[in-house]
Amino acid sequence: MFYRENGQFKTSYAADQQIFPVMQDRLAVLGLLVLAFVAVPALAPEYLFRAILIPFLILSLAALGLNVLVGYCGQISLGTGGLMAVGAYGAYNILVRIDGVPLIVALLMGGVFAALVGVLFGIPSLRIRGLYLAVATLAAQFFCDWSFLRIKWLTNYSSSGSVSVAGLNVFGWSVDTPAEKYLLCLLLVCLFALITKNLIRGHIGREWMAIRDMDVAAAVIGIRPVYAKLSAFAVSSFIIGVAGALWGFVFLGSWEPAAFNIDRSFQLLFMIIIGGLGSVMGSFFGAAFIVVLPILLDQGAVALGFDTAIASHLTLMIFGSLIVFFLIAEPHGLARLWAVGKEKLRLWPFPH
Amino acid sequence: MSFVPTWERQTDMGFFLETLIGGLMSGILYSLVALGFVLIYKASGVFNFAQGAMVLFSALAMARLAEWIPHWFGFQNLVLANILAFIGALMIMVVVAWLIEKLVLGRLVNQEGITLLMATLGITYFLDGFGQLLFGAEIYKIDVGMPKEPIFLLEHMFQGGILVNQEDLAATVVAAALVAGLAMFFQYTVTGRALRAVADDHQAAQSIGIPLDRIWVIVWSVAGFVALVAGVIWGSKLGVQFSLSLIALKALPVVILGGLTSVPGAIIGGLLIGVGEKLSEVFIGPMLGGGIEIWFAYVLALFFLLIRPQGLFGEKIIDRV
Repeated sequence: MFYRENGQFKTSYAADQQIFPVMQDRLAVLGLLVLAFVAVPALAPEYLFRAILIPFLILSLAALGLNVLVGYCGQISLGTGGLMAVGAYGAYNILVRIDGVPLIVALLMGGVFAALVGVLFGIPSLRIRGLYLAVATLAAQFFCDWSFLRIKWLTNYSSSGSVSVAGLNVFGWSVDTPAEKYLLCLLLVCLFALITKNLIRGHIGREWMAIRDMDVAAAVIGIRPVYAKLSAFAVSSFIIGVAGALWGFVFLGSWEPAAFNIDRSFQLLFMIIIGGLGSVMGSFFGAAFIVVLPILLDQGAVALGFDTAIASHLTLMIFGSLIVFFLIAEPHGLARLWAVGKEKLRLWPFPH
Repeated sequence: MSFVPTWERQTDMGFFLETLIGGLMSGILYSLVALGFVLIYKASGVFNFAQGAMVLFSALAMARLAEWIPHWFGFQNLVLANILAFIGALMIMVVVAWLIEKLVLGRLVNQEGITLLMATLGITYFLDGFGQLLFGAEIYKIDVGMPKEPIFLLEHMFQGGILVNQEDLAATVVAAALVAGLAMFFQYTVTGRALRAVADDHQAAQSIGIPLDRIWVIVWSVAGFVALVAGVIWGSKLGVQFSLSLIALKALPVVILGGLTSVPGAIIGGLLIGVGEKLSEVFIGPMLGGGIEIWFAYVLALFFLLIRPQGLFGEKIIDRV
């Protein structure tokens, strides 16, 4: 009754092309932003920031990056964890080796390094496709794991590759409390989500989607596969690298290569599949689901009085079955459920 | 030309051969795991990430049943206990295969490859948790009476001979027998022919009356059987523990190197990766700081794929618009 677009006439191309064409959507997004930027930092308890909000934001950024590659360009990648590690250690090296470099520059440089490595390991995608490519990208994962463990220069000669960062400072704003860390992440996530959305709406996004749908046909109509695939790898790896740097700097504070192992890659792939491939919104849904679910399961199992070993096994089992259940119930992810819900809402309360 | 004493050159050669044989033997074990991947991929188009979890699950079942069965029935015969435990574990794997088909894959027919892949990852989590909940999470031993003492070969040719583990040798024989048996099964039985038909074309097979769901249960059971054999061999070598489920990650480059759809590819790929891994670790590893085993296989497979995108023996990928 309240959610419908009739009566909202568009009189210019700009108005027709905006991201949220329906006024109610714009109001809802505005409300959400006010809530996230003003109400949450003022009201939320510290535990909520540490355990849920900050990991959720950073992982949804990484999921967004992965979604560009898998969801929009159709190249399955299992090397995400490795690229996050490149971002984290790259940013760390910039911060340590160059005096007085601003934090934001270091984070972005982490993204640049990740983009370079991503393009390097994306080159096989020009020859290899589908599941073969998925396994081939594991090479990136294991190679990165190994490099940060064995090549001492990369970790500034610290033992077992564990490094730490203290005193985050963004142009004079020192980011100490969890609420401030949350705000920093939120800012970057909003920025990158906007950039990504616009890239996808633009001509390069259309090229990616053409390649995803069928690369031979795309090549026939004049899209250069080399350029489209490698640019998808670069953009995706850049975002993932920044997310990795944030994960190290803001969430962990001190970390070692194991923080970015292959489980992280699988986790991110779960996020975009459960959230919805080829959907910016879906990356956020998926990240929320995968971050919150294990916490709930753990708390639930402990509350029911199982001891920790049994609880962890039960958590694994329930997590696995829920994933399978979701894949069966809605193979297109939570984003599809959301879209269906919105369609229903337009008609509500009338049947037609 | 500098003078190299004859005996020293010969021991180098001996060392090389020793590494080579060690590589071949671990390669056979990779092949076993890779075989499970290939069987399922051929018959149902599912890239079964849960193969490693199945290895762990079946090995756990085998280890614990071998412990429990003598206890339940009150006898002390190790051989009998092992045989009963093997049959019991096999039955469990058949039930698991049936459940996977009924509850998961049967409901995901016609989905994209990546969705199926993620579903098998879900199964992996479930099996890891369930196996350890049911059978315990300690390190268990499987003792099937494999000979442990190393033997020395070709002692008259090389100083000190070549050191070979009898255990590895036995494992190799078992693996070779299994592969031969599977090849016969696929080639000469009615079920095997039906399996090959399904692998070639689902729809055509269904249209001539081959029941797809039953075939899939059979394939997953066979993969479960292969997993059990691999689990028993690895388990008796290294002990049954959680890390066993990670050998799936070792088998992945083998599968893509050999080609996802090729049984001989899995065997030869396994041997290549096994040998490449061991030789590189020994001869290149020290230059790079060691531990290169974890990524070397992947990079090797990657370079192979750049030349042949479908793997060594995979079906040629034909693009049609």
